[in-house]
Amino acid sequence: MFDDRSPIYRQIADQIKGDVLRGVLAADDQVMSTNQYAAYYRINPATAAKAFQHLVDEGVLYKRRGVGMFVHAGAQQRLLRQRRERFFTEVLEPMAAEARALGIPVADIVARLHQLIPGDSR
Amino acid sequence: MITTSALQVRYGDTTALHPLDLDLPAGRIYGVLGRNGAGKTTLLSTLAGFRKPSAGTVTFDGVPVFDDARATTRICLIRDDGGLGDGTDTLRDILALAAMLRPGFDSVYATELMDRFALPRKRTLRTLSRGQRSAFGIVVGLASRADLTMFDEAHLGMDAPSRQLFHDELLRDYVRHPRTVLLSTHLIEEQSPLFEQVLILHQGRLLLREDVDDLRTRGVSVTGPQAVVDDFVFGLTVLGERQLGPTKEVTLFGALDEEHRTLARRYGLQLGPVALQELFIHLTGGAA
Repeated sequence: MFDDRSPIYRQIADQIKGDVLRGVLAADDQVMSTNQYAAYYRINPATAAKAFQHLVDEGVLYKRRGVGMFVHAGAQQRLLRQRRERFFTEVLEPMAAEARALGIPVADIVARLHQLIPGDSR
Repeated sequence: MITTSALQVRYGDTTALHPLDLDLPAGRIYGVLGRNGAGKTTLLSTLAGFRKPSAGTVTFDGVPVFDDARATTRICLIRDDGGLGDGTDTLRDILALAAMLRPGFDSVYATELMDRFALPRKRTLRTLSRGQRSAFGIVVGLASRADLTMFDEAHLGMDAPSRQLFHDELLRDYVRHPRTVLLSTHLIEEQSPLFEQVLILHQGRLLLREDVDDLRTRGVSVTGPQAVVDDFVFGLTVLGERQLGPTKEVTLFGALDEEHRTLARRYGLQLGPVALQELFIHLTGGAA
């Protein structure tokens, strides 16, 4: 469900992007209509519409007039690229700062990463 | 479209509503928030034509609402006390009367809602519990399908499942039959997702009107060592502050620019969002 600390339309958009990223929503899959979405999540239909418009503007969804909204064919790849770029600034940099503050050697971190992500020893 | 022009309401020496100019475009759900005595009920009952303005005008699609049946048959206000007769009529009779008075009343939908809220048709209003009376008000309000439908804390006393049913039905019926809805409430967290726009009244004045989703981005909390925080917030709009030992938390109004965000990172200050209800408390004078 949505919290009250950031715009609901953005939370909806992030949720749908997450589904596209993980392949839960595949290329050319239809997404719920604005009204279905509003009813299901108990939110104002204009808020749901804003989220969908946002996703159309970002090229995640496309509209078929009178039919509904569908997942854009290239959306998953584009989202993956964006997330990979953000991974280093949003995930790795804070982790590195924390590791340095705690005095954890880089070698330990690398060793643990190899355990967590086996089969990638380049 | 509801339009108020220099609308003012006084009770004797007390001004309940200071001159108010307001345009509310049709087809949206508005939330009306404000502390007790802020003027919510005065505003809604004046918009409904129940109360004569002391000065100024209220029109609905260009027709004055006070004492004009062309407007009032298109407006339905459900008050927290139900306001549906003296309590000796049965629910069935009240529904029949509403169907006669209101051109858009949908009796089939009313029956469906009566069942869903498990309301006894043959009982009189005054034999119902507080929550049941409120639920009945909701039934009348929704089934009236009035172009302007207002619920003035109409959910009072309703339990959580009944309120959820109210919210579900409100959205469902609003999508099927778009109309203008005003909902006054203290249940900010629970009901704000239903709104498109929010009006905040404070001491008889309109303090703020904004898309509710935009309002969710307007508060920022800044936490860190007291001296650093004090320096950082200088010149910004401070709504409130709290202190725990050497740590200070300040609530700011207005989104931070990139320069301030960079500064916050550099000084190790923590920035956080502010929930709508907290923002409301700060905007209307803090906890008291």
